[in-house]
Amino acid sequence: MVNPDLSAFSEEDQRDIEAELQEGYAEIEEKYAVDTQQGFENVLVVDNVPLVNESKKDKLIERLRQTFAKAGAPIDEDRVNMPWEGDSNKGFLFLTYPDGAEAEHALRVIDGASFGKNVLHVNRFGDIERFANLPIGEGELPAGWREKAFIEKDHLRSWLGDVAGRDQYITFRDQEVNLWWNGRNGTAEAVKDTDGKPIKNQKWGELYLQWSPLGTHLASLHRVGVALWSGPKLDGPIGVNVLRFTHPGVRLIQFSPCENYLVTWSEEPLGNFENHANAALRETFGPDDEGNQFVIWDVKTQRVLRTFAADQSAQAEGRPQQAWPIFRFSPDDAYVARAQVGSAIQIYELPGMGLLDKKSVKIEGVQDFEWCPMSEKDWANRKAGKGRECMLAYWTPEAQNQPARVNLMAIPSRTVLRSKNLFNVTDCKFYWQNQGDFLCVKVDRHARKAKTKKATFCNLELFRLREKDYPVEVIEHKDYVPTFAWEPSGNRFAIVSTNDPNFGQNVPGAIIKYTVSFYQLDPKKGDFAPIKHLEGKVANTLMWSPRGRHIVLASMGSSQKFDIEFYDLDFTLADTDKREVAEPGANVQQLAIGEHYGVTEISWDPSGRYLASCASSWRSTPEPGFTIWDFKGQQLVHQSQDKFKQFVWRPRPPTLLSKDTQRKIRKELKDFSRQFDEDDAAEENRGSAEKLAQRQREIAEWDAWRARNNARLAEAREALGKELKHAAAGEQEQVSEWVEELIGEETELV
Amino acid sequence: MKPIILQGHERSLTQIVFNAEGDLLFTASKDKIVNAWYTSNGERLGTYNGHNGSVWTVACDSQTRYLLTGAADSTMKLWEVSTGKCLKTWEFLTAVTRVAWSEDDEMALCITEQRTGQPSVIRTFAINLADPAASSSTPLKEIILSGSKATCALWAPLSEHILTGHESGKIAKYDAKTGEEVNAVHESHRANITDIQLSPDGTYFITSSKDKTARIFDSDTLEEMKVFATETPLNSACITPLRPYIILGGGQDAMNVTTTSSRAGKFESRFWHKLFEEEVGRVKGHFGPINTLACHPQGRAYASGAEDGFVRVHWFDESYFRSRPFGDLEPEVEV
Repeated sequence: MVNPDLSAFSEEDQRDIEAELQEGYAEIEEKYAVDTQQGFENVLVVDNVPLVNESKKDKLIERLRQTFAKAGAPIDEDRVNMPWEGDSNKGFLFLTYPDGAEAEHALRVIDGASFGKNVLHVNRFGDIERFANLPIGEGELPAGWREKAFIEKDHLRSWLGDVAGRDQYITFRDQEVNLWWNGRNGTAEAVKDTDGKPIKNQKWGELYLQWSPLGTHLASLHRVGVALWSGPKLDGPIGVNVLRFTHPGVRLIQFSPCENYLVTWSEEPLGNFENHANAALRETFGPDDEGNQFVIWDVKTQRVLRTFAADQSAQAEGRPQQAWPIFRFSPDDAYVARAQVGSAIQIYELPGMGLLDKKSVKIEGVQDFEWCPMSEKDWANRKAGKGRECMLAYWTPEAQNQPARVNLMAIPSRTVLRSKNLFNVTDCKFYWQNQGDFLCVKVDRHARKAKTKKATFCNLELFRLREKDYPVEVIEHKDYVPTFAWEPSGNRFAIVSTNDPNFGQNVPGAIIKYTVSFYQLDPKKGDFAPIKHLEGKVANTLMWSPRGRHIVLASMGSSQKFDIEFYDLDFTLADTDKREVAEPGANVQQLAIGEHYGVTEISWDPSGRYLASCASSWRSTPEPGFTIWDFKGQQLVHQSQDKFKQFVWRPRPPTLLSKDTQRKIRKELKDFSRQFDEDDAAEENRGSAEKLAQRQREIAEWDAWRARNNARLAEAREALGKELKHAAAGEQEQVSEWVEELIGEETELV
Repeated sequence: MKPIILQGHERSLTQIVFNAEGDLLFTASKDKIVNAWYTSNGERLGTYNGHNGSVWTVACDSQTRYLLTGAADSTMKLWEVSTGKCLKTWEFLTAVTRVAWSEDDEMALCITEQRTGQPSVIRTFAINLADPAASSSTPLKEIILSGSKATCALWAPLSEHILTGHESGKIAKYDAKTGEEVNAVHESHRANITDIQLSPDGTYFITSSKDKTARIFDSDTLEEMKVFATETPLNSACITPLRPYIILGGGQDAMNVTTTSSRAGKFESRFWHKLFEEEVGRVKGHFGPINTLACHPQGRAYASGAEDGFVRVHWFDESYFRSRPFGDLEPEVEV
């Protein structure tokens, strides 16, 4: 800068001129500042290009150009510049587009595109400079960075290490939540932490509780959000064994099958939390989240992946709201999808939560869909890099000369694997067998010329997923089928059907009779055949044991009948026998009938040894409480508790034992069970000894107290000179009674 | 155990008592009459007519000579058991809800209901056993209750103290001579005390309450000894001599009965083990809530009176005396 000679001016003027000049320079500098972006706005840098040698250079460039063109940003060959070092490229290239707008467009479409196994990353040329010159040096941390010490998590699956192999359950009464071990024959023992204190938490009793699908986390719902508790104490440092998810007014939650993600739903839309007093809300949700009701979380990082608004169209069109869960996860946690009823299924990739291939699956009229579960074998295949894709089934209703249709679609390829046309459809329900071997589509149908589309009968469309071309068998049922259930890991199913005219009419006092039928896959013929019909049942709920073979029929929702019937489908067969017998129906045997007055829910424990029936005061039952039965229908425990709310078994993850080990154990079960029998006997003795001692103590205390009191009373009585006038005890008064009996009456005429 | 059903009342039962020998049962009902029955066969001995309102309470002296009753017509009456004659009437301003004889029959107590401007009052009277009609109408002592009203009361052994149960769930002990509250327990029961009955030897008593529990207290110190938690509001509780049990009765409130089935109403008498606080059995039969229970003084039978207007007398079977639900453990037997 030139310092002009200012001596000619007065002191005051000098100052003014100096200030003016200073200002002027600043203005000029600002005006002519070199913008690093300027002049290069048409240049892009593409990163993550595969490394090749000289011979493949042209081929690579050609392939890249094809990729760009396909994405919608074609480029001439002479506008691509690939820097070279030695005998290999440097892994990035420059694209010079004719103008900035085109480059902007190219940036949008190419960034994130996949090229073989690589994902291409695109940046503006100018940005590279800027990123390189960020004020943070290497190894430094940005301002506002909070260091968090690493805290080791307590073992998340320690409860599986119980020596007796017991399962846990939670009881929730009034405000009180207790965690119990379900011992043999229904003996409950409070679950204790390492210090020997029962695990309890005042905070759990706020709204309701739910276990994660593999039993790792206990989710407690609160007015401000969800908390997940894990580890042997179900407590610990926040962010380690206690995870918090702030979502005001949360009402429903859902875990992904592998427990990686969590969906929460609140009735109240998220507000604008920019200036909210609660830091957690301020930091968790941004301005884009305002008005949304669904939040999808990553469980491990406790971060929001994406928020969604409720489906407004359903309300507007007067359709009923979709049933929870609205977001459905694929069994491998790779995708989460939701139906845009009538138009599309939106499938999001996890954890990025971007739409699969950037667009939703357009299906005209789609009503509902369901993912296919995966078996252990599928998992093994998946790990080995082969096996089938994820699959989902969806259906579309009849429209304009088009039949209704059920389709099977593979994801991510979006190929339709199988399609089945249906007629006179009112509704469809999907029932996947838990291994993904079979799919039953229960098609509720109405008569062809019926005025109302009320379903009066049902078709069962049975897809066999493990066979070539997915054959479909149709079982037409002339009655309405309200309930269907697959045997877990089996090839049988049970249905409840009824032709009672009172069904669905809500006639007070009417007891509706149902028929319960069992079907089995005939391995020779390869189709499903009925093996047993049980008629005139009042049971309307089916509950298979998680291990198969046993099934419970229960009457629920009735105000008069509360029967629980226990059935064994392989009554005369040993566990190892093949089920290929001439008459499989002959092995269906009722084991017992129990009754739990006021029952509202039933659930098997994860091992299939016990069944819990619960009467929850939330459902206005006349007698809240719970009962535990064994699989034979023997009632083990019954507790009536005022304000009893919830009974939840803790789920178990699938076994880690290999098939061979399991087989070996089954073979040597006799040896093992001898040991177990001894343990059980010892346990029983110890238990009863403890109880005996306790009772003896109670008697001793009582007798001592009474002796003391009696002596004192007698003394006081004597001091007062009074005497007790008691009716003579011991001698029994002999009561004799005269009974006159009229033997006969005769009238004589004189 | 086949019950003897006593059908002699047109309205719900309010209180039933055995006489000291256990051969007679007195039943009071809202239909204004009191009946006396032979317990052995259920034959009616007689009726005590004269009250002009629901009879809330009845008490028999230790010699089965005189009967005291209290009713909604604001009177307490003294009857000759054998003739059914009313010998004396005491008149008050409000209904009489509970009467009781002292151990030596020389005194009686009564509780009068609280009403606007009228506090709940416990009065004690001297009874002239030679000529009851000549008994004084002036009470020996008036205990005016300032807090929650008393719902039931009885004389502590030696008749120096009165034990009371209150609407708030309070259990209290008053000095009969001075009328002072000697001791009180507020924290045990959470709701209205519905009944209070003394053990055979008088060293403890049992209370039942609408809070669904029954409790045993030491009659000297008011220390809580045992708690029996059920799932229904309780109206009455009694202690069985000979066997270590107590009997509890109750059920859904009368006003809710029509909305629930008889199953849901829980109208059973429940037998609980007195020491181990565990339920051992139930006796069904009533189709309304049980309002009052009484046990035979020698432990041979028990009777229940219910909202349905019936009294059921159950003579215990031999198996009742022989059964040992907890094995060989047997506490000392009280007679």
